[in-house]
Amino acid sequence: MTTSLPPWHEIVLNVFKANEVKLITYVPDNVLKPLIQALHADPYFTCFATAREEEAVGILSGAWMAGLKGILLMQTSGFATLPNVLASLPCAFQIPVLMMISERGTLGEFNVGQAAVCRTMRPILDSLAMEHHTVSRLDECEFIVDRTIRQAHLTQAPAALILSPLLTGGKAVQGTGAQA
Amino acid sequence: MSATTHNLKRMYRFDLTQRLVAKLKQEEAVIGGIGHSNFDLWAVGHRPQNFYMLGSMGLAIPIAMGVAMAQPARKTFALEGDGSLLMELGCLATVAAQAPKNLIIVLFDNGIYQITGGQPTPGLHADYVAIARGCGLATATWAADEADFERLLDNALATDGPHFIGCKLDEQKPRAQTERDPAQIRDRFMRGMGTKKNRTLG
Ligand SMILES: Cc1ncc(C[n+]2csc(CCOP(=O)(O)OP(=O)(O)O)c2C)c(N)n1
Repeated sequence: MTTSLPPWHEIVLNVFKANEVKLITYVPDNVLKPLIQALHADPYFTCFATAREEEAVGILSGAWMAGLKGILLMQTSGFATLPNVLASLPCAFQIPVLMMISERGTLGEFNVGQAAVCRTMRPILDSLAMEHHTVSRLDECEFIVDRTIRQAHLTQAPAALILSPLLTGGKAVQGTGAQA
Repeated sequence: MSATTHNLKRMYRFDLTQRLVAKLKQEEAVIGGIGHSNFDLWAVGHRPQNFYMLGSMGLAIPIAMGVAMAQPARKTFALEGDGSLLMELGCLATVAAQAPKNLIIVLFDNGIYQITGGQPTPGLHADYVAIARGCGLATATWAADEADFERLLDNALATDGPHFIGCKLDEQKPRAQTERDPAQIRDRFMRGMGTKKNRTLG
């Protein structure tokens, strides 16, 4: 049955469209490459990189208040740069900043730094009382992504979607060297 | 207009903010950065199109850029301190790359972190207009004095941007302190942007 489902990035792109999530900001990650590529190729989306993930939180906050919905794509280490701005902007002002995080640092990570950063992610999300869900199965991808986005918009609360290597395949373990 | 920083007049932030707000006739959006940039915006008099950023140091320009991209027909200002800009310099490259035509950045450069006690920033020898130009904001300019600031504002309101206007400040304190109620600030701003329609508040 799962073989008939489209790849995760196609499902995600369609859910973005269904929820009018048009403004895509990112600091890239290898795992997100096919999604970023497809978003750039589709004129429905305005898709660009920011110098830092913090900037994207500002851009998405301003855009949402002025009527344009968006999301920030990044990897685990990018998320770890964000607690201060998340607490003081989207959490304090009740702005539904959406985040999609490619989970690095677990299930076969080769970079010890990524592994250490990864362990900070869920405790930070929990301490901010921020809704977060991990997508690990293709057959649950549409439901979790769609419902999380809807709830964030309806309750004016920021939310995070974590893409597990179980869903994306992650970044293959490498025998030699440690590179991002 | 000036490309260098010598001979620039050191101006009073409240007075500059007052001059800026006096020119706003089209419900332009104004995002006040952390601390004194938004305090003086508040002190000039609340407008529904004002957003007062209470934390998230460095994000006034990104927030304004998001507003500008969502509503391309509305001129949108970011009022940002030099310490704050220094923390998020990369955003100038992002602004230049996306080049929202309706975005106007006003930098309040007092050389210090005034709100935390007046410590000098590490930007002692930094020329923020040169940095903005280097990031691709080709028309970035220092305001030489108040009259020049007004002329630069008129030009920014009348022409496509993104624009960057640098102002050297004296060390006068802000006139008032913004009421700290983030949910209300956001709600009023959304009504000012027309994204919430009920006009009973504002
Ligand atoms: C990430 C972060 N670091 C430090 C602070 C403390 N802080 C708040 S405002 C401020 C100084 C802001 O300086 P500037 O933007 O130049 O404005 P001014 O106070 O001079 O008006 C500092 C250091 C903070 N809020 N956030």
